[in-house]
Amino acid sequence: MDLVTVWFALVVLCWVLFFGLEGFDFGVGLLAVLLGRDDHERGAVVATVGPFWDGNEVWLVAAIGVTFAAFPDWYATLLSALYLPMVLLLLLLAGRGVALEFRGKGSGPRWRRRCDLALAGCSAGIVLVWGAMLSVFVRGLPLEANGSVLAGPGALGGLNRTLGPVFSRPAGLGALLALFAALVLGSTFLGLRTTGPIRLRARRLTVALAGGGTGVAVGTAAGAELVGASGPLLVIAVAAGLTLAAITLAAWTRSEALAFAVAILAVAAAVVAVFTANFAGAIGGSGSVLLASTLNPAWSLTLTGAAASASALRLISLAGVIILPGVLVYQGFSYWVFRRRIASERVA
Amino acid sequence: MGLDVLDLTRLQFAVVTIYHYLFVPMSISLAAATAALQTAWLRTGDDSYRRLTMLVGKLLMVTFAVGVVTGLVQEFQFGLGWSAFARFYGDVFGPTLAIEGMLAFFLEATFLGLWYFGWDRLPRLAHLATIWTVALGTLLSAFVILAGNSFMQNPVAYDLDPKTGRAHLTSFRELLLNKVNLAAFPHTTAGAVMIGGALLLSIGAWRAWGRPVTGESLDETLAFARLARIGAWMTVAGGGLTALTGDRLGKIITQVQPMKMASAEALYHTTTGAPFSVFALGAVGGGKPPFFSIEVPRLLSILAVGRPGATVQGIDNLQAQYVARYGPGRYIPMVPVAFWTFRAMIGAGMLALALAATYLWLTRKGRGLDLTSGPIRRLLRAIWLIPVLPAAANTIGWVFTETARQPWIAFGISKVADGISPGLTSAEVLTSLLAFAALYGLLAVIWLRLVLYLVRQPLTPAPSRTPGASSPAAESRATPDVVPTY
Repeated sequence: MDLVTVWFALVVLCWVLFFGLEGFDFGVGLLAVLLGRDDHERGAVVATVGPFWDGNEVWLVAAIGVTFAAFPDWYATLLSALYLPMVLLLLLLAGRGVALEFRGKGSGPRWRRRCDLALAGCSAGIVLVWGAMLSVFVRGLPLEANGSVLAGPGALGGLNRTLGPVFSRPAGLGALLALFAALVLGSTFLGLRTTGPIRLRARRLTVALAGGGTGVAVGTAAGAELVGASGPLLVIAVAAGLTLAAITLAAWTRSEALAFAVAILAVAAAVVAVFTANFAGAIGGSGSVLLASTLNPAWSLTLTGAAASASALRLISLAGVIILPGVLVYQGFSYWVFRRRIASERVA
Repeated sequence: MGLDVLDLTRLQFAVVTIYHYLFVPMSISLAAATAALQTAWLRTGDDSYRRLTMLVGKLLMVTFAVGVVTGLVQEFQFGLGWSAFARFYGDVFGPTLAIEGMLAFFLEATFLGLWYFGWDRLPRLAHLATIWTVALGTLLSAFVILAGNSFMQNPVAYDLDPKTGRAHLTSFRELLLNKVNLAAFPHTTAGAVMIGGALLLSIGAWRAWGRPVTGESLDETLAFARLARIGAWMTVAGGGLTALTGDRLGKIITQVQPMKMASAEALYHTTTGAPFSVFALGAVGGGKPPFFSIEVPRLLSILAVGRPGATVQGIDNLQAQYVARYGPGRYIPMVPVAFWTFRAMIGAGMLALALAATYLWLTRKGRGLDLTSGPIRRLLRAIWLIPVLPAAANTIGWVFTETARQPWIAFGISKVADGISPGLTSAEVLTSLLAFAALYGLLAVIWLRLVLYLVRQPLTPAPSRTPGASSPAAESRATPDVVPTY
């Protein structure tokens, strides 16, 4: 197995960890105002991710960092071709982080309420933007030969260069699916991490969301079968239906850990699917496609084309092998230290 | 607007970086201060240390949060606006950022969470270790990312691919041990210590000697007076080290980027036994001598090389050399900017050191401040200025070192104009620049108001300690937590 493939796997692993771990952070951020009926309950919800959210967010730094290190062309193209959506993402992440961290240190319930609203709004925005961008990852961009995307004429063309792709209908669908996933991850996480009224409401929400989702997936599968639509859609719909049915059942029977585990594994699988979606589109011997060019397939970004030099890969391999296992160990330790459920009921 | 996309992108990078680098040095020094205060508590058993740890720790957490979210922007910046630079230097910068993230950021973020929430969960020494780990993480982060900037100032450990022309890293160890990095790291760290120290000095002095805020007890007043002295010592020690390490860095930069030091002095002609102009009026950038200048003879030679009789190269001579070496073009940065930022950086830093030293002298051996004295009352009224000075010095220092490296983005290899993302439009960059400016402005106001709120509170016990919490022995795995306020 060559270094390029190994590093691609590591890059995808970092992205999986980011989306899985921050997925429930964003979900919880959204659900604090939805499930918590008063300041105390909302505080309990936020406390479930309090010790972990910052460490989880660093997986984004790691994912971007290893993408830059191992595939500099991919990093360069992705970020510059999605300039304004990425800027929006950064602004929302800033709002989310500050709202979470400042929440409990301010002057009282009104301050906390404002932080909770900011947290919910930013979390929602982040999830929608990521969903739209992931859909763009799958569909590709109008890449030129040098990996850049050119703007149309005028200022509107300038703004539309990078905003256009995320305002398409497939991107909208991606955004909604991501929102759904974040809510399910959040509700299964809260079911696992709290006691009292929040635990109950979270479980009910999981059953409602996952149950409803199962219905939609089954309907989609049936519809795809009826119109004779393509294989992948049917497979995805069936897989989604089975997964969501499992989550619904687990939540209903109070196997909260199982529900969460299935949810997070499903997100992981979805992320892997997004990143390898274009692999089949390889042209001749040019290698697996990372990001397709909708202008000319020969200009697509490929695994071997975007990779760093062999010496750079060897260098960071050493660092990765030594450092990353340690990270997993002490992050795991942190989850173990704070493993007790958070009480959302009032203690008299 | 008249600004093209290159100017806008450069402006944006400057704005977001300067803003980020207001909160980062504060986080570095507050992390170390929190760890030191907690250590002092464990060693002396004096409860005022524990209460100060809580306060400084909260300041750390809110400052660190802003540093984190603005730091995310930094990591994306290279790909967003400077993708050509990212492609060309991916081999060098990519591993630097990746290793900084994998090594330092995970450490800081995870252990800060363990520290803030783990007061009741971890044995005392283990809990102490968490905050020291955070402090260590901040230093590792600084060292690694400075290696990246030091590469831009003095490219080392690379070769150029004959086919693609891109830079390939030949040794990460040599990248880290770049002599510019070895000089810049202690200098920036010392500068960071000054900011945190000055902040603690101003908070402590204000609460100890200013009008009473919460009807506080004598205990609190004494604790804040202690905090002020700790902050003052940090500022003085930091200031002294900044000066020493700055001197060292200046000499190294003279070797590798002589144009920068020549511009810092507006020295147009190579001079032996060159004087240092402390202050000059008139055309510093024009190539003709200023009409008024306070000069210290031979000081520039001493600063730049270390010997009063040394020869310091001049701007015009260097320009001619570079044309011969790199081809036609203008290799001179904005000389007035270099000249004044260099002096402003030193001036602001030294003034902060002087104010802190004055405070230490006035409060020596447990003396209180004589609040009937006019000058002392004026000093107290200006107490807010004290943290602003080292913050300004840090910022101006970065403006100096980055602008005086122009037109190079990597000295001797690539120009700034070559690094920008192809296809980027001014409409996009203007939008993002305004958006960042607006959000960062809002964050600064919120941060400041929160800090002012926190420093007005009575010193209290740890936030995760809740009223009526049962002892660890009584808690079983099944018993949930009473909700800590987060």
